[in-house]
Order: sequence, then C-alpha cells, then structure tokens
Amino acid sequence: VATVIERIKRGHFWTFHGGIHPPQQKFFTSDKPIRAVSIPDQLILPLQQHIGIPAELQVKVGDKVLKGQTLTQSAHPMAVPIHAPTSGTITAIKNSVIAHPSGLSELCLFITPDFEDKWRKRHICTNFNQLTNHQLIEKISAAGISGMGGAGFPTQVKVSTREDIQYLIINAAECEPYITADDLLIREHSPSILDGINILDNILSPRHILIGIEDNKPQAIKALQQATADNEKISVCVLPTKYPTGGEKQLIQILTGQEVPTGVLPSSLGIVMQNIATCFAIADAVINDIPLIKRVVTVSGQALEKPQNVWSLLGTPVGYLLAQCGYLNKDKKHIIMGGPMMGYSLPTDQVPVVKTTNCILAPTEKEISSPYSTGSKEVECIRCGQCSDVCPSQLLPQELQWSAKAKDQQQLEKLNLFDCIECGACAYVCPSQIPLVHYYRVAKSEIRQQKQLDIKAEHAKVRFEARKERLARDKIAREEKHKAAAAARKARMNSGTAAGNSEISAVAAALARVKAKKAGQAQSAQSSISEAQETLPRNTDNGQKSQVAAAIARAKAKKLAAQTNSSPEASSETTNISNDTESPIDNKKAKISAAVAKAKAKKLAEKSASLINSSSTTDKEASNTLNSDVDTQAPADDKKAKISSAITKAKAKKLVDKSVTLASEIETKTPAADKKSKIAAAVAKAKAKKLASQQEKTRVSVDSNSSNNTVANTEVDVQNPADEKKAKIAAAVAKAKAKKLASQQEKIRVSVDSNLSNNQVANTDVDVQNPANAKKAKIAAAVAKAKAKKLASQQEKSEST
Amino acid sequence: MAFWIASSPHNHMQSETSAIMRLVIYATIPGIFAQWYFFGWGNLIHISLAIITALVAEFTVLSLREKKITAQLFDGSAILTAVLIGISLPAIAPWWISVIGATFAIVIVKQLYGGLGHNPFNPAMAAYVMLLISFPLQMTSWQPPLELMALPLNFVDTLSVVISGFTIDGYSVEQLRMHIDGFTMATPLDTVKTNLTLGLTVTESMESPVIGNNFGIGWEWINAGFLLGGLFLLAKKAINWATPFSFLSSLFVCSFIAFLLSQDTNASTMFHWFNGACMLGAFFILTDPVSGATSVKGRLVFGALAGFLVFIIRKYGGYPDAVAFAVLLCNMSAPLIDQYTRPRTYGHNITSNPPKNSGNE
Repeated sequence: VATVIERIKRGHFWTFHGGIHPPQQKFFTSDKPIRAVSIPDQLILPLQQHIGIPAELQVKVGDKVLKGQTLTQSAHPMAVPIHAPTSGTITAIKNSVIAHPSGLSELCLFITPDFEDKWRKRHICTNFNQLTNHQLIEKISAAGISGMGGAGFPTQVKVSTREDIQYLIINAAECEPYITADDLLIREHSPSILDGINILDNILSPRHILIGIEDNKPQAIKALQQATADNEKISVCVLPTKYPTGGEKQLIQILTGQEVPTGVLPSSLGIVMQNIATCFAIADAVINDIPLIKRVVTVSGQALEKPQNVWSLLGTPVGYLLAQCGYLNKDKKHIIMGGPMMGYSLPTDQVPVVKTTNCILAPTEKEISSPYSTGSKEVECIRCGQCSDVCPSQLLPQELQWSAKAKDQQQLEKLNLFDCIECGACAYVCPSQIPLVHYYRVAKSEIRQQKQLDIKAEHAKVRFEARKERLARDKIAREEKHKAAAAARKARMNSGTAAGNSEISAVAAALARVKAKKAGQAQSAQSSISEAQETLPRNTDNGQKSQVAAAIARAKAKKLAAQTNSSPEASSETTNISNDTESPIDNKKAKISAAVAKAKAKKLAEKSASLINSSSTTDKEASNTLNSDVDTQAPADDKKAKISSAITKAKAKKLVDKSVTLASEIETKTPAADKKSKIAAAVAKAKAKKLASQQEKTRVSVDSNSSNNTVANTEVDVQNPADEKKAKIAAAVAKAKAKKLASQQEKIRVSVDSNLSNNQVANTDVDVQNPANAKKAKIAAAVAKAKAKKLASQQEKSEST
Repeated sequence: MAFWIASSPHNHMQSETSAIMRLVIYATIPGIFAQWYFFGWGNLIHISLAIITALVAEFTVLSLREKKITAQLFDGSAILTAVLIGISLPAIAPWWISVIGATFAIVIVKQLYGGLGHNPFNPAMAAYVMLLISFPLQMTSWQPPLELMALPLNFVDTLSVVISGFTIDGYSVEQLRMHIDGFTMATPLDTVKTNLTLGLTVTESMESPVIGNNFGIGWEWINAGFLLGGLFLLAKKAINWATPFSFLSSLFVCSFIAFLLSQDTNASTMFHWFNGACMLGAFFILTDPVSGATSVKGRLVFGALAGFLVFIIRKYGGYPDAVAFAVLLCNMSAPLIDQYTRPRTYGHNITSNPPKNSGNE
C-alpha cells in the first residue's frame, strides 16, 4: 500500500490497456459559470432513475406536493426514492418516454409546478461529525442519491459495505468529450464537495482517499488541491487525459494498479468509488437536508447558441433546457443524452433530465459526422486489430464482431463479451466503420434473453422431473397402501366383523366380475357351437359339447380351487348376515357346488355318459342355489331386485322360445326343477311380452325393474312351497339382510354389498348352470355380461360417491 | 420534427479502410523508385498492367456478386494487391504473367472467399506462388541491374519485351539477361544458392558482380526503399510494429546463428535482410491484417514463424527466395496462432493484484 501511495505522491500512475484521445471539445462550456434555469411548466419524473428497482409510489394524482417531498419510498436497498423538485400538483402518473438507449416508456410522475417553490420542513445539520454512521447512511438513503456519473448505482448500497476499505476513490476524471459538469461543479463548490468526501470518510473510514482527475481541468485541479491542502488523507491525482479514464475499473487500475476481477464489486478489493457530483449531493443531503432534486447538466454542441452548464431540476424536459440555451436546428434534430462516446440519441425532446444525466449534446450534422449517425458506411472488417489495441478491457472486438454477426453466443461468452463496458473506443477507431458497440449491445441482449429462456426451460424441466418423481412416488405409495389395505382387509375378514364382511363381499364381487368376463368370453367363442347343439336332445352325448363343458368345468375347477379360501368366506358372510342356523346350509351349498364342480371336472375329463346324470343333479342343485340366492336377495334390496330381475329378464329372453324343451328336460330330472322352470318360463314369457311392448330402452329397465321385483317376489312365493326349508331360510336371510341393510347408513356400503351379493348370484349361476347345460351356460353368460356391465357402472357410481 | 437515432459512439476518428490502403500504396513508392532506378521500367509496366487487370476483375466479380461497386472497387485493396504483384515479378516477364497473376489474386484468392476481409491468404503472395509454380521459366527470368546489362534497355524496349518477348532491336529475353561478360545473370540469392551447389563458398559468391560491394546491386536499395516505406507506415500507425519487428528479428537471429556456425555456407544477416523480398514482406505483405494474426502476441509469433520459415527455405528449399512461401504458410497458421494468443481480458485470471491487506502501515 505504501508503494501505491508513494507512487501517487510522485505523480506516477499505472495505465490501463488501450484507450483513445477523441477531440475534447470541452471549451464550449468550460469557461462559463453554471447557470440556474427557471422552473419549467411541467416536470416529468421517472420512478426509476438508477440501477435497481423503482420504489413504491406515495402520492396520487391531484396531490399537492412540496419541494423536497418524498414521492416514492421503499425499504429495499436497491430501490431509491425520488422527491419533488419543486412544489406543485401531481397531474398524471403514466408511462412516458424515459432516458434510455432504446427509447423505452416507463412509469413517470407528472408535476405541474405552482412556481412558489415552497419547501417542506427541513432539518439543517450543523455538524455532521456528531451523526452516527447509521444516521448518515439513513440520510443518504432518504435523499434518494444514486451514482451521478452515469450508471446510477444506489449510493447507500455502496456506502453500507462491510468490507475493510483501503481506498475511497473520488471519480472526477470526466473523460468524455464535451462534458464539463463535474469540472464546473468542482470549481464552484469545492467546499461542499469536500464536506461530502468527509462524510464518506466518516462512514467508510478508508485508509486513503484518492481523487482522480484528468489533467485537462487545471482550474478544478487547483480548486481541489486548495480545498484538500490541509487533509493528509486526501490525494488529488492528476491523470493524463485518455478516454475512458473515468470508467470505474479503469480508474481503479490507474490509481492502484489492481484489476477488479470480473463479476465482483470493487469493494471486495477494499475500494469504493464515488462520483464527485455524488459527493456534492451527499453533502447537500446530510447538511442541508436537500434531497437529490437537481444536478449540473452540460448543455453543449454547436447547434446551440449559448452552450452552458446549467443547474437543472430533475424531471426538466430536455427540450426546455435546449430552448434555454438557444437550440438552432429546426428539422434534423440529433439530441444525445450523455457524451458523444457513450451517450444515446433521444427519440423526443420531452425526455426528462434524470439523476444520471450529465450532458445534453446538440451537435450539428457536420460536428458529429459519425458514420453511425449519418447512415451506415460500414464495410467488411479487415482485422486490422486497431479495436483490440484500444480496448480498455483487452477484448478482441474484431472477433466479437464476427461472432456477434454469426450469432455464436457460446463463442461470444468465451470471448468475454460481458466484460465489454461499451465505452465505444473500438467503434471510434474502426476504419471499416463498423458500429461495434451496437453489435455487442444486440448480442448481449440476445444472450440475456436466451438465458432467460434457458432458465425457464430449466424450471420447466425441473417441474417435469419433479412431477415424474411425484407420480412414481405416488404409484409406489398407492401400491403400498393397497397392499396394506389388502392385508388389513384380510385381517378384518378373518376377524369376522360386519366391516370385514363387506370387505369379503368386495373380494367376491371382484372375483365375480372376473368370472363374468371369462364366462362372457367363453360364451361368445362357443356360441355358434352351443347354438347348434341347443336343438339337439340334451341326453345325446356330444363330443364338442362335452369338450366345451369340460373346458368350462376345468376353468371352474381351477377357480374353485383358487377360491377355496374365499368361497367359504363368502358363505360365512351369508352366515353372518343371517344367523347361525343358516351357516351349515350355506356351507353345504358351497361344499356341494365345490364338490359338484370337482366331480364335474372329473367326469367331463372321462367324457362318460354319467355326465348327464351328474349334470342333472348339478342342474338341480344349481337351480336350487340360484333360487335360494335370488330368493334371499331379491326382496332384500331394491337394487338387488333390479339385478335379479335383469338376470331373469336376460334369461327369459333367451328362454322364451326354448322354454318348453328346457322345461321338459328339467321336468324329467326333478319335479322341483320342473316347477321352477315352468315358473321361470312363465315369468320369462311375461317379461318378454312386456319388453316387446316397451320401446324405450330406459323405460324398459325401469319398468321391468319394478315388475321384476314383483316377479322375484312371486318367485319366492312360488318357490317357497317347493322347498319349505329353503324358503324359510331364505325368508330369514332376507329378513336379516333387510334389517342389516336398513341399519347400514352408508349408501356406498349398501350398493357395494348388494353388488357383491349379486355377483355371487351371478357366480353361482354361471358356475352351476354351465356344465349342466350349454344353453343355460349361454344364458348365464349373457346374464353375467349384463350384470357385469351393470355392476361396473354401479361400482363406478359407488366409487365416485 | 425528425430526431436522428444512432448508436453510440457518436464520434469517430474518421479513419477509413481505403485511407489505410492508400497510405500503404504510397509507402511502396521509395521501393518502386529503387526498382525503376536499378532495373528499369519493367516493374512499373507490370504494376500498371496488374492494376488495370485487378480493377477489371474486381469490377466483374463485384457486379456478379451484386455488391456496391463504387465503394468497394476503389477501397484500394485491389490496387494494393496489384501493386504488390507488379513489384514482385521479374521486370521483363511477359505481360500475361501479371494479367494472370492479378486475375488469380482478385478472383480466386480474394473474391471467391468472400471479398475484402474474408481471404485466408494474402492475394498477392498466393498469386506469386501460383505463377512461380505454373510458369517457372518466366518467373525466374530476372534481368541483371541496368549497369551490368550488356544491352541497353529503355522504356520502349522494356514495353516491347514485356509484350512480345523481344526488344525493338530484336533481342530476346535470354539475350537481355546476359552479363557484359557473356553469362546469364541471376539474383544475388540465386547466385549464392547455385554457387553453393557448385562447391563455392559464400565468401567466394560475394565476389560475383551481381552482388557488388554490399549485398547485391540494386536489391539492397530496393529493400532499403521498402524499409523506408515501412518505417513511414509505422510512424503513421497504418501497420502494427509487432509483425515486421518479430519477422526481421527472427530472420536475423536464425541467419546469425547459421552464420556463426559456418561462415562458408551461410550468408550474413544483412545479406538476408537486404535481398529478395525481405523488407517488402516484412512491412507490406506480412502486415496484411486480413490474413495475419490479430493480437500483439499473435503477431509476434506470426512474424517469428515467418522469419524462421524464410531462413529455412532460403537455406534448404528449392527456391532462392522464400518470402511468398513463408507468408502463405503463416497465413495458414494465423487462425491457430490467434486462437492461442488471445490477450487476457481485464478482470480475468488476475495474478498481479496485491493481496488486499498486505500493506498495513
């Protein structure tokens, strides 16, 4: 550090790479004092005049504001408040063209001054040394001060750094041609500036304070040297004039020999830089309680009669200032905000002066005859390399230019495009007159845009991945839940509670569905065969038939084997529902059917004549089972009744023409069955009639349902005498069930339960009847199909409820 | 009310590519004057022929490519190429040599690659090499300096030789190349090379009349002229110092080492510097920005490579002069050199910054 200071004391400085010496043109304004201009008719205050975010509005249209009154406020460090530059009325808050290279519109406050220039209450601070750092920063923050050199970085952020500061550098280089605002400010207000520097000294307590100023401002240098003569800490560093000495990174390099690493703030090196005009504003804010509401603006250029530095209120339209200085150009207006190197053309003269506006340049066409202003004379790059010779960031502008034209974003980033400070030195020297900076700006914004898109895409990808993961997780969780539920169900089923019973019936229902489906498939596949065989006498042994039967039997046998657990459970359900006395009967039934099925399977495998006998027995049994099932369940529940009626309906349809044959067949076997079949036939006939008479399908189901209920009931009645025991049991069962169902409150349960029991019915129907008779099998299949459909829809319904 | 909208910077130093080209063309004048003084009108005739051909070729291709003709035709680059071709040809080469050369340089080497700024090779040198390989006889028919010539050669004679191959008096090119003593003359570089194969030492070769008192009659002055022009360009900042500096240093170092090792078989450093196209190459060919390296470091490497190549080819190669070949080889390696000699951008890979808290006083 000592060497740095020694070097500086000797007047030796480092240098930065490149740089140019454009014509200074400072003499237009450097010999005239800063002039105060009158208040314009309207002030336009953009809410954001700095780098960061705009603060929140504190006023509304129609509000009367006093000079210095806070208009926006925010606790956010990157939000800088704005203040009323004079007293007046807020006439509008709307979008307006702001000082921005692309002529953007942003939210602006429009103030119509009352020309009284009435201040709000101010608190003059006579001795800022008594204030704490926190109070000082608070004052700077409240005064809305942001860097006044060009970038507009919020000053309170810079001064609140926690880093150990070695150098406070005051930037008074003012390297852009034409601009003399800082020069004049130093000459006229060096005591105030020194106050500002001392305030910064109090806050940051740097080891050294360096004021960097180019040697083309002798009077300002003298003023500064006089003002700082008795302060050992402050060194006025007179630097050789070279553009862009005033660049933050360049000035740091010149004064300290250090480079600011890319992507970090100078404070990480223990360096803080403030513009000299900012120092003045800080002094004004802390001592006089004057927020940042005015600044010195150089109004220069040969298109002006009286180019001069002016004290301009923030928000003053550029056109007003130009008029004050005698703007000559009538048609072809070229107004530049900022200097000729980094300033930007204004789309209208209604653009207001903001905190960063240090110059308004109104050149004649001849004066600024830049090829970039007067139509492109761009020719191909000859790689002369003059641009890289002058680049202060040591970039390769010619290569950047190739890549920018080729839109090679990867290469651009590799060539460190984002280290370009857009000083314009490369374009200034380019003999091919390529608007290099313009290419870089476009490329930068394209890359930024691309990055935004990439970020979005990345977010989308993350979202998608998360979703996929979640779904997978859910699936696993679901499966585990199902497993757990199944285990619980099993446990419950074994426990024999009412809930367990409903679970059991759920299992049974599921099994029934599967069976129904299978039966349907078997049926459809073999319908033609069965159709042909239906006319044949039942007794004749038919290989095909028996084969079919055998297949069915096999399937059943398998199922039964598989259901050895579930079928006893299914029967135990019934047991539980009704009472204990029933259980042996049900068990018996289940046993019988199982035994029968087994026997059938055996027998069919043998393909013997005994098939007929056994099947007839089975048939009997089956019909018994069927009946008992139907009997017990039909009256129990409306829904059940519906189902059973549907079964009978379906059966009846098929049976209509073949009922006689069937009946006679059955007749020969058992009288009970005969009776039943007769009844069934009669019922079916009746139903068929009804069905025929009814045209609307929906009607059919509804009507037949109701009628079927009665049919079912009659069936029960009719069948009761046939088998007293059964009837009794059925009645008991029905009663019990009815009771139970009545007691059950949840509809879903009911429907599920009923579905399940219906399925059972279907199962037994299918199971028992198939081997006995191919015809019956067909019927049963149809019934099962119908049932399955219905159940499916019902289940869906119940599930949804 | 119309507002001009333009991108910054609004200022420009008002330099133009064509201005640089013009400056380079002016800088060739001392060398051309020396050529004229020692070798007669031949090169001037070839320069004129080449300029006319180049402009016609440029015009034709630009119209075919539907480019802005006036702006590009007179940007000076085609004329400069033509001038360089004219300078490097033997003075009494036939007229079609310069016509073919200029056409090849403009149409093939420059425009087919996309015009100004896009050509990977220096057009003049590519054309020269093409001519040398395709027409070796015509391209090596170097005449002796005027003072050593048996026959007088005025402007009309030269024009006649260039156009028809014979002077007005009917002397052929071969006869013109005769020394007063009756043997065919070669360039100093050629002489040394041939003599070495004949078993003569370099010192003995230096006795040859074509070499004169110093490094070659005429050639030393031509090179001096181009050196002068080059220094003028350096002063005007039209060319960068790095390439000529490193080229000449490299050639100097290489030839000096060789000379130290064996004085009999190696010519002196100054012989290398002031013979052939050395100075022309250093200041006018290698500094062609389009086909050269761009960064300072890259240019140093580029020039050093060229110097080394010139020495190697002059010493071991089949051709007495080597600048054209060396330039083409360097042109090829320029993109690679650029790739590996990029300057360190401000704020990247900093090593020089002192540690932050190093100097607590």
